[in-house]
Amino acid sequence: MIIDHPLLGPRDAAEFTYMGDAKLIDRPDWQSDTAAQDFYEYGYLRDNPAGWHDELWFHEAGDRSWLVVTRNTVTHEISKVALARDVARAKGRSK
Amino acid sequence: MTQVNRLTGGQIDRDTTCNFTFDGKAYSGHPGDTLASALLANGVRLMGRSFKYHRPRGVLTAGSEEPNALVELRGGARQEPNTRTTTTELYDGLFARSQNRLGSLKFDLLAINDRFSNFLTAGFYYKTFMWPAAFWEKVYEPIIRNAAGLGSLSLKDDPDVYDKGFLHCDLLIIGAGPAGLMAALTAGRAGADVILADEDFVLGGRLNSETLIVGDETGADWATKVIAELAGLPNVRIMPRTTVIGAFDHGIYGAVERVSDHLHTPDAGKPRQILWRLYTKQTILAAGAIERPIAFENNDRPGIMLASALRTYANRFAVTADKRVAIFTNNDDGHRTAADLHAKGVKISAVVDVRPDAPRSMDYEVLHGEIVDTKGRLGLTFAEVKLADGNRRTLECGALGMSGGWNPNVHMTCHQRGRPVWNADIAAFVPGADLPAGMVVAGAANGDLSTAGALRSGALAAKQILGLKGRLPKMPEAEDAPVNLKPFWYVEGCSRAWLDQQNDVTVKDVKLSYQEGFRSVEHLKRYTTLGMATDQGKTSNMGGLAIMAELAGKTIPEVGTTIFRPPYTPTAIGVLGGRHRGQDFHPKRLTPSHTWATEQGAVFVEVGNWLRAQWFPRAGETTWRESVDREVLATRKSVGVCDVTTLGKVDVQGTDAAAFLNKIYCNGFALLAVGKTRYGLMLREDGIAMDDGTAARLAEDHFVVTTTTANALPVYRHMEFVRQCLYPDMDVQLISTTEAWAQYAVAGPNSRKLLSKIVDQDLSNEAFPFMACANITICGGLRARLFRISFSGELAYEIAVPTAYGDALMRRIIEAGAEFDVTPYGTEALGVMRIEKGHAAGNELNGTTTALNLGMGRMVSKKKDSIGSTLSEREGLNGEGQLHQVGIKPVDPNDAIPAGAHLISAGLPVDAEHDQGYITSACYSPNLGHAIAIGFLKDGAHRMGETMQLVSPLTRVHVDVEITSAHFIDPEGARLRA
Repeated sequence: MIIDHPLLGPRDAAEFTYMGDAKLIDRPDWQSDTAAQDFYEYGYLRDNPAGWHDELWFHEAGDRSWLVVTRNTVTHEISKVALARDVARAKGRSK
Repeated sequence: MTQVNRLTGGQIDRDTTCNFTFDGKAYSGHPGDTLASALLANGVRLMGRSFKYHRPRGVLTAGSEEPNALVELRGGARQEPNTRTTTTELYDGLFARSQNRLGSLKFDLLAINDRFSNFLTAGFYYKTFMWPAAFWEKVYEPIIRNAAGLGSLSLKDDPDVYDKGFLHCDLLIIGAGPAGLMAALTAGRAGADVILADEDFVLGGRLNSETLIVGDETGADWATKVIAELAGLPNVRIMPRTTVIGAFDHGIYGAVERVSDHLHTPDAGKPRQILWRLYTKQTILAAGAIERPIAFENNDRPGIMLASALRTYANRFAVTADKRVAIFTNNDDGHRTAADLHAKGVKISAVVDVRPDAPRSMDYEVLHGEIVDTKGRLGLTFAEVKLADGNRRTLECGALGMSGGWNPNVHMTCHQRGRPVWNADIAAFVPGADLPAGMVVAGAANGDLSTAGALRSGALAAKQILGLKGRLPKMPEAEDAPVNLKPFWYVEGCSRAWLDQQNDVTVKDVKLSYQEGFRSVEHLKRYTTLGMATDQGKTSNMGGLAIMAELAGKTIPEVGTTIFRPPYTPTAIGVLGGRHRGQDFHPKRLTPSHTWATEQGAVFVEVGNWLRAQWFPRAGETTWRESVDREVLATRKSVGVCDVTTLGKVDVQGTDAAAFLNKIYCNGFALLAVGKTRYGLMLREDGIAMDDGTAARLAEDHFVVTTTTANALPVYRHMEFVRQCLYPDMDVQLISTTEAWAQYAVAGPNSRKLLSKIVDQDLSNEAFPFMACANITICGGLRARLFRISFSGELAYEIAVPTAYGDALMRRIIEAGAEFDVTPYGTEALGVMRIEKGHAAGNELNGTTTALNLGMGRMVSKKKDSIGSTLSEREGLNGEGQLHQVGIKPVDPNDAIPAGAHLISAGLPVDAEHDQGYITSACYSPNLGHAIAIGFLKDGAHRMGETMQLVSPLTRVHVDVEITSAHFIDPEGARLRA
């Protein structure tokens, strides 16, 4: 596969390490009343769609960016690649 | 022996002779021959024995789809089994042997299997080797293994080199037949970057096998002319002997170039083969078509082959398989073979056509009927014809061409699960709409079976895929005959009619499979093995499908088809591995003191990719234990030095550096003073321990974090995840500095005295206490870092200098330490000393243990949020019955303790039900004079002093042990703080 890195352009997938569902960005609030349940769901429950999926890829043999890659798990087509940091900020994560 | 079956013409160099041997017999041929064509030229039709029944077999095809004529090529370490004679280029000195026989090729003792064919039908193994179960491994498996397989391996190291390469292009064209050449010409002239790859050593595809005219010259001449023009274009790369083996994601193709397979030995410095990774924007698949055989009784005798193969041998290689040839066909193309062979002076016994309206000939007899049987023990002698009028005829012939129509070569269109669709006009599957992205199919591969059709579709494909404007180049005039064919798959009433000659699958086997309920195409394939092995059913799948369809009363497209996956043809493991083998399997990382350690005669151990000194043997020491015991005792008595560079180091900087460490470590770092170091435990989000190390605060906004050697990479990746994905606005930067700093542990009561001779600053306990850290200088000004941390439990330091000074620093430490008898120690002594202190390492942080298990439960701060803190409080990981890290020592000091052994309460039975815990690390403690270990025990913290059974049924160990604190030496830690 080829991943179109937002900063570096098209790079071979062999340069990356895969981690899976980009929902890992949505780490729950530890002080919430439902924290235990929230962390359980965050840690163990993942969608595994046959189709479009937002995934985390780490450019380990490159610039060390974490990317959110929108990939079709059936065709391997990639429709969007963004810096995970930008995605995290857009979701309201900060410090 | 003379080349009795050599004809006139052909593309062989008759001025040069290649001598070769097959099964010990000497023959000759010419450059331009394949091994198959040269053997046929010498009158050799028998080339192998079949897989199951050991029936005599010859060539079926003239290409890479060959199921039968497989040999062991070359000798010695270069011996290569299952090599297709049809693609093996002849060279002088070639050496080949037939395979899969017991005895000689002509008198194969295993041919007895053929007599028992009624028992060896589809599913034979499944039905026969069921019981008794005790026979599976001892009786059945050795027998089957002995009889199974085809060729044999040399079992020696491959002496040749294989390379990997990367190429980029606008357009990859797979196949250099008429469609591929026309596409390359169109794209090349338009200026596109083109790669034209073909598996053959002569480009032109079928043009070399036919006598057809293209424009005003022969097809072969036209191909030569086009290739010459392409060779002159700087934007076109022509790659003969290159098989494209797979279509992968996003326009990436794999290809194997056989650089030296056509030579006796590779030229100096040249690889045997290259695995290319081709990055393409667009691809035209012009892989042609493969003729299919017809199934009839005994259709597998040497001399019976595809009609198109007979034509290839005659026209390209100037060879006929025999002086008398018959043809069995259901379409016009079979007649073309008869005409070409007749023109070369070969006697045509007859053309047998299943169609009543077959074309007539003035030159030879055309019979309306079917071939119902053949004769000839080691090669064809007669063919029996049943005429349409019911009469019978016997044809004398040594070769028989079968022409059942053509299958477009759709292999590569299926690599991303594309499904071919049925085209009734040619009675074959053609590529469907779901092609790999960027691929267009042209020529015969797309069902355009005429020469003119191939030329036209090649040009059109290039124009379409590149978006070229304007008119196509002028097409040369060429044959444009329509396909005239009556679908015909097998002769009724036959019992031993071969469909898949490589796996010995007959029409009867397919019927049996259907009868026994294996009716889906995939089940059929697995039950009968139809379409498996090296040829992957290129000539057999269609016949099987057609019979299934008939039995089920369905059409072929209703029955469906199996799809293909990479590789297109068998690919050697060697070329997939490339240079990554033996010593070069993975990169080797050397520590800064490696040269010095080598000089000391150190024994090295691989840790991850690192080579670390394991121990330093001295003269007179005969076992590793002697060396390790000495290193441990000397370090605890005076001072030792150990290279600890391999521990991961991460530089953490920024105003939020402390806040960031508070997130990744379960214990707190915000209040750590500048100039201090703290042990940190990192959890995974699920509450399991991930890694541990130290964090040294060199400045308010600057920490140096260490990780274990094995986890340096994943921990760094995790830290970047936390930084970028969870806390994107934290002001913190990370960089791995593992290789930037050489770091040595200097441990033992004399370590301060030793380092004071090197370090420029005051090292007194007041100025530089336990857990202190600082940027310092050594040897009068060289920048360095010093940490007062201890893994050994002794007064100890870790000193770091830029890697370039690592070798010099080690030598300086040894020199300065001479008066203290400084002792270098390796990873074994390091391990012994940490077990003596009860420090957890990789064996304890094994991916199943929590902070609580490790005796560090209270370290998990509840006042802050850190990765893993919430889930570490889960009920299942807490409370009674949890494992606790404990120390273990034998009741009898002479007993050894093996790592991995389990703990059982005294007096209780030794079984899984009574398992109470297990040993993670064990060693002999030279300080205590007996074995010690650490491990995990249920509620272990409350069981100090208990005597238990230690068992390892696998190694027959069963001893009594006592549970103790894991801190075997200096439990108060007085030495650390001295």
